Amino acid sequence: MYAKEFQESLKAVEEAREANIAYEPARMTAKEKEDLLAAYHPDYKKDQFEELKIGPNKGEKVPKELCGILEARSRIRPGDVDLNNPKYDVDVLVIGGGGAGASAAIEADTAGASVMIATKLRIGDANTMMAEGGIQAADKPNDSPAIHFLDAFGGGHFAAKRELLSKLVCNAPEAIQWLNELGVEFDKAPDGTMVTTHGGGTSRKRMHAAKDYSGAEIMRTLRDEVLNRGIPVIDFTSAVELILDESGKAAGAVLMNMETGDLSVARAKTVIIATGGAGRMHYQGFPTSNHYGATADGLVLGYRVGAKLLYAETLQYHPTGAAFPQQIFGALVTEKVRSLGAKLVNRDGKVFMHPLETRDVAAASIIRECSDRGEGVQTGDGDAVWLDTPMIEKIGGEGTIEKRIPAMMRMFGSYGIDIRREPILVYPTLHYQNGGLDINVDGMTTSVENLFVAGEAVGGIHGRNRLMGNSLLDIIVFGRNAGQNAAARSKKTTVGTLTLDHISKFDAEREAAGIETDVVSPMLLPDYTRKKSEV
Amino acid sequence: MENMVNVYLFGKQYRVPENLTIMRAMEYAGYKLVRGCGCRNGFCGACATIYRIKGDKTLRTCLACQTKVENDMYVATLPFFPLVKEVYDINEISPSQRVMMQLYPEIYACVGCNACTKACTQSLNVMQYIAYAQRGEFDKCAEESFDCVMCGCCSSRCPAGISHPQVAMLARRLNGKYLAPKSEHLENRVREIKDGTFTELIEALMGKPIEELKELYNTREIEK
Repeated sequence: MYAKEFQESLKAVEEAREANIAYEPARMTAKEKEDLLAAYHPDYKKDQFEELKIGPNKGEKVPKELCGILEARSRIRPGDVDLNNPKYDVDVLVIGGGGAGASAAIEADTAGASVMIATKLRIGDANTMMAEGGIQAADKPNDSPAIHFLDAFGGGHFAAKRELLSKLVCNAPEAIQWLNELGVEFDKAPDGTMVTTHGGGTSRKRMHAAKDYSGAEIMRTLRDEVLNRGIPVIDFTSAVELILDESGKAAGAVLMNMETGDLSVARAKTVIIATGGAGRMHYQGFPTSNHYGATADGLVLGYRVGAKLLYAETLQYHPTGAAFPQQIFGALVTEKVRSLGAKLVNRDGKVFMHPLETRDVAAASIIRECSDRGEGVQTGDGDAVWLDTPMIEKIGGEGTIEKRIPAMMRMFGSYGIDIRREPILVYPTLHYQNGGLDINVDGMTTSVENLFVAGEAVGGIHGRNRLMGNSLLDIIVFGRNAGQNAAARSKKTTVGTLTLDHISKFDAEREAAGIETDVVSPMLLPDYTRKKSEV
Repeated sequence: MENMVNVYLFGKQYRVPENLTIMRAMEYAGYKLVRGCGCRNGFCGACATIYRIKGDKTLRTCLACQTKVENDMYVATLPFFPLVKEVYDINEISPSQRVMMQLYPEIYACVGCNACTKACTQSLNVMQYIAYAQRGEFDKCAEESFDCVMCGCCSSRCPAGISHPQVAMLARRLNGKYLAPKSEHLENRVREIKDGTFTELIEALMGKPIEELKELYNTREIEK
């Protein structure tokens, strides 16, 4: 139930609903999209970016907040730990317990390597768990990996590393099969045909889903498999610094118990960074759909030992974050809501764009509606637009919402909004880190040997924007890939003497550049405690 | 000025704005959470919470990130619950009733008190899905339990010591792997890719200049 102040606009939305369902808005031309992005997308706000003065990407611009933690000080001094007495000694160390880390660990285990997972919260506390909409794979007769490639390459503004994207799309069907054989459930017709829908920017219906718990279903199954295999999971333990050996190869990490602060050393023949995204950095003050630990840790760990970043200046703002009620501000409203037919509608009940443009275009379009055009609905926490969910029931029949997007129905239902009968208010929310560490097709960083990266911490698979459903896909394809290759490489690797010399080298570089900072990183967790100044 | 309410976090009284979730209220009170906080969006089950409203004897359960504070609410979070997770090889087991008897025999000790269902933070019919598991009806168990976030509130209230979320997890994996119909189009496509059916097509695309790819992208046909 919406309060009085929303009723006028709500009435306009309801009155226009029948006509809006029938109305097929035109898609934007390439030029229209370019102009819209340049004027309204947060990635184009020049004053929100800062030039890196040190490190492998010196001279390039990244979000201010990211620059701050990339150039920051280490949490430790080299003498704090005894590198000669590692507490853990394994072939493959996986940092991060999300979908990429779990996939990597399972494959490394299959390959016969000894593998362990260190994760700062619990295994499964990750953006994977929160991915709602689905996972792409070109497995229908009217589709092909080539069409998938073109959709993703164009959607990413032709900036993806082609060999990475090619791997992503060609391995997609096998990834679905691998998950299905582990017992992951997918929405299927009685004859076994996958129920697939469109996502923003797809030209074929290739979005596979498990209701709107797609990521949760994948994550809990992978977690179960990791536990079945007896792979050690060191939880509530974050990596705070990578360790190299004297030849400059990755050789482990310094770990910190999140509750006691105790430090320990993990030695490994190969290391996989699978630390995920950065939503909790709240770039440009945006709310986020991300989990509590999404603080770009892996980018910091890698950058400090010399691994290069790619496209770190590009972020994805999911067009439909919950804008009301305040308790769920910023929470994800899955794109599947639009795949199922709900359109975006402004204050006056007008459909102002095609609902399935790519995410960056959709976000920019909503921001335009709520700023220069003055067509937003005031929520008390800023302006928002309507996402007309009752359309779904009218198009798909009664019961569609409960069957296909139960999590959305539950989330709004907790606050007295029945999305089957009432539309919801949305505004862009910080959702995904498009950029990250630069890897080759084996999943290893281009500049530090034996250091692998998988999942959201990678940059370059998608380019400068990512299509819905390609991230769940990338954590599986590149998680498995990293696990397989890290295991293979570990068999040929002899670890030399461990060192943390890179810390003092980075300190010297910082000093030489004249940077004064008392920030330490990785950040590990955001601080949401009430500040004294607010009292 | 915001309206404030009294909450008792682990018995200690704080005044917090009434529009906050329990999780935000803890942070407002000054807790920097490490445990008991995960996705903050109702998907991960990290913030299982037990509460009681002063004057009411009923113990209630919820997710701290999805529930607003109420006046005179006594709150205890349950950031970890020792569920029993049996290990098995998914390739070696079969979807028969026997597997439940072997791995989770305690489900047959269910006394039918329905405390699990009442405790479910997702409003699932937990006792019903356990009944399906007892009978080896894993497809129904999978469907009934699908929205489970494995927070453990059900198990914390169970007199029979059942780890409901783990039972359901097993049922879903059995259903997903063995019982749900196979996707022929998926198997065909995996085979075609292995046979190199698309290799030439992809390589041709990879080799094209950007301008040509832009043209292809902007004029591509979009399935209705």
